[in-house]
Amino acid sequence: MTAPHQAPLLRRMSLAAAAPVSAALLALVFSSIILIISGSNPLTAWGDMLSYGSRLETIVDALNRATPLYLSGIAGAIAFRMNLFNIGVEGQYILAAFMGAYVGGQINLPAPLHVATIMLTAMIVGALWAALAGLLKVTRGVDVVIATIMLNFLAISGLVAFMLPRLQEESDSLTTATKAIPSSGQMPNLNGVVELVTREIIRGRELTGMFAVAIAVGIIYHLFVNRTRLGYDLRASGINPEAARASGVPPKRMIMLSMALSGAVAGLVGMPEILSDSHKYDDAFIQKLGFAGIAVALLGRLSPWGIAAAALLFGFLDASGVILDANDQASREVVVIMQGVILLAAVIAYQVVTRYRARQEAADATAALLNEAEATS
Amino acid sequence: MTATMEKTTAAPSGLLNTWRNLRTPVRWMLYAFFAIFVLTIVQGLPFDDTERLTAGATASAMLRRAVPIMLAGLGGLVSERAGVVNIGLDGMMVLGTWFGAYGALEFGPWGGIVLGLIGGAIGGLIHAVATVSFGVDHIISGVAINIVSLPVARYLSDQIFTGYTGGSISQSPSVDATSKFSIPLLAGGFGGPDLLAEINDWDIPVLSNIADFSHGLFADVTWFTGLAYALVPAITWMLWRTRFGLRLRSCGEHPTAADSLGIDVYFYKYAAVMMSGGLAGVGGAYIAIEQSNIYKEGQVVGRGFIGLATVIFGNWRPAGTALGAALFGYIDALKLIDIEGSAIHAFLLVIVLCLSGVVVWAVTRKSKVDAVLAGVMATAFLTWYVLSDSIPSPFVKVAPYVIVLLVLVFASQRLRMPKADGLPWRKGDH
Repeated sequence: MTAPHQAPLLRRMSLAAAAPVSAALLALVFSSIILIISGSNPLTAWGDMLSYGSRLETIVDALNRATPLYLSGIAGAIAFRMNLFNIGVEGQYILAAFMGAYVGGQINLPAPLHVATIMLTAMIVGALWAALAGLLKVTRGVDVVIATIMLNFLAISGLVAFMLPRLQEESDSLTTATKAIPSSGQMPNLNGVVELVTREIIRGRELTGMFAVAIAVGIIYHLFVNRTRLGYDLRASGINPEAARASGVPPKRMIMLSMALSGAVAGLVGMPEILSDSHKYDDAFIQKLGFAGIAVALLGRLSPWGIAAAALLFGFLDASGVILDANDQASREVVVIMQGVILLAAVIAYQVVTRYRARQEAADATAALLNEAEATS
Repeated sequence: MTATMEKTTAAPSGLLNTWRNLRTPVRWMLYAFFAIFVLTIVQGLPFDDTERLTAGATASAMLRRAVPIMLAGLGGLVSERAGVVNIGLDGMMVLGTWFGAYGALEFGPWGGIVLGLIGGAIGGLIHAVATVSFGVDHIISGVAINIVSLPVARYLSDQIFTGYTGGSISQSPSVDATSKFSIPLLAGGFGGPDLLAEINDWDIPVLSNIADFSHGLFADVTWFTGLAYALVPAITWMLWRTRFGLRLRSCGEHPTAADSLGIDVYFYKYAAVMMSGGLAGVGGAYIAIEQSNIYKEGQVVGRGFIGLATVIFGNWRPAGTALGAALFGYIDALKLIDIEGSAIHAFLLVIVLCLSGVVVWAVTRKSKVDAVLAGVMATAFLTWYVLSDSIPSPFVKVAPYVIVLLVLVFASQRLRMPKADGLPWRKGDH
């Protein structure tokens, strides 16, 4: 993509950085104001967050938090690339995690196979549930946003709520949960890998093995979208389905495919919790990751690196924000508000920069044309 | 105008013509009577033998349960009519619950309604700034607002409600609802006669059921509830009978054309989105003030999203949206009233009947796929109805979502949304 009249490198780079940086600054200012209103000193609060956040254990927390956010972001991005707003990652990952945990508790296989079976089950369930929305779209013309919202309710309040008490392990425990996955179906942590370069990780923190899976998914996403024929077709169909159809890309098949792929990745979102943390699905299973993933995907502009940066930022804010509650300075809510403000400010800033860039390019082109005209005359 | 056109083209059937010439409210009333007639038959069958489908208690619970969804739906409708999709309704409702409870606590229930309106409208303003002024994708901005609203409400509670006795970071002290009234003559309001209760006592099949159900709708209604339902005709009137409404809708159909006629598109879009947020906020306030008498974290539980679904269910029209909300409210009410679960079971047969209706309709239109699809589904529901005697509660809970999906499956191609709905628009770009 080299335009004939390209702006100098420095200006392009500063323009690219302008949006995220100004969004972060705006969020910082806004949340500082909130902190001041609530009677605490923002400087000490940020200082506390930084010093607590730079501890190895907090960084592990942040990475653990960022892992499902990243997967959820990628899941959303695959559909968004096709202009399909898959709001249903929420329902897809919860249904998938439930089925994965249930299957994992029932079977007994050698270690790598057991883990793989659980992950595969979850991915298939997620893909099927998402493909259902795709099917409604291509066969009946049902709007994807509304269909996935309905399917979210159906999955969480309907299917999972119905099956959980019926498939739960008979025991005297007070919570309803699926049978715990035996140790062969648990994913090893990555503490050993991290400790190669750092000191020993203490306080019982474990870096989830899904972190490595998330990195792999990111790389595959990058290669798929940017380096394969199918990924190109997908993007083309998303930008202009009619034009893509004219060049032999069937839009309906593309819709089904991107929904299924999106759902398959969504199936992995609950895996850190299932494979590395609680090893079962229970009433307290983590929710809202689907919506957070949408935020991360949009903040990262659907690029694998951008989503990674956004997921790490949100993960870091979540992990280090804990200190605000502990120090009784301000409440943790400030951090979540901050995430929301970053998101809103960033999408607005992206838009402003895009418009500015378009205007600049138009002006540059006009100037260049005028120069040429003068030179020839 | 459409009426005269239909008269010339319609089949010369006298009855059909009479039906078409009836005034809309009268037609809707006859539809409702017919619906209650069907419900009365269905619930009387030996499979279930209940009276809850048409009970007054069901009706009054439905009336209350439907309000927040309906207000959110009307909010979504106004916004989409001006071309802005508002998926942030849910977040604006959350703001409405907090501000509503706070207002009710400080200034009484009516103060709560006003503050809820303002709280939601602030959410709408943010959405308008992002989508209208900056051209951000409507879904993105809405999702962001949903994400921000929860911690904002929690933060505000931490700042303010913790200072009250009985308040905490996740809830407010209890608040009072608005006072109640009954419709005079029909339901014994203002010391007058109570005709509907009288007719109910006669025990005439169907007629007494209609009276019982209507009595539930007209007796002991709070003023806030009454106000909410008055908004349906008010918004219809505003959108289709005023200059303001015509211009607002033109911004949703063809903003560039509207702009070329000198209409300030930005102004109308801002107005619509803020109104939308305000309506959602009032819906939130209703949840806090009337339904729970308290603000509690997470009490909206996705009603904003449901409201959005009712907009599409109702084909972007206020009455249809209200009907969709009533459907959600009705099933919600059955869940509350129907302890042994037989009424909900009987409702399965209603679904079967509706699907059979779709089969007939599809056959007359010679659309084979629709007919087969609806036929298969009707058979499946009928089998379920015959083979079971109650429905597990999670399935009851999601029944409205299934129904909305079914409606979309059969009607999506016939729905017509505003032409420029969801598209960012910028003056001078087109």
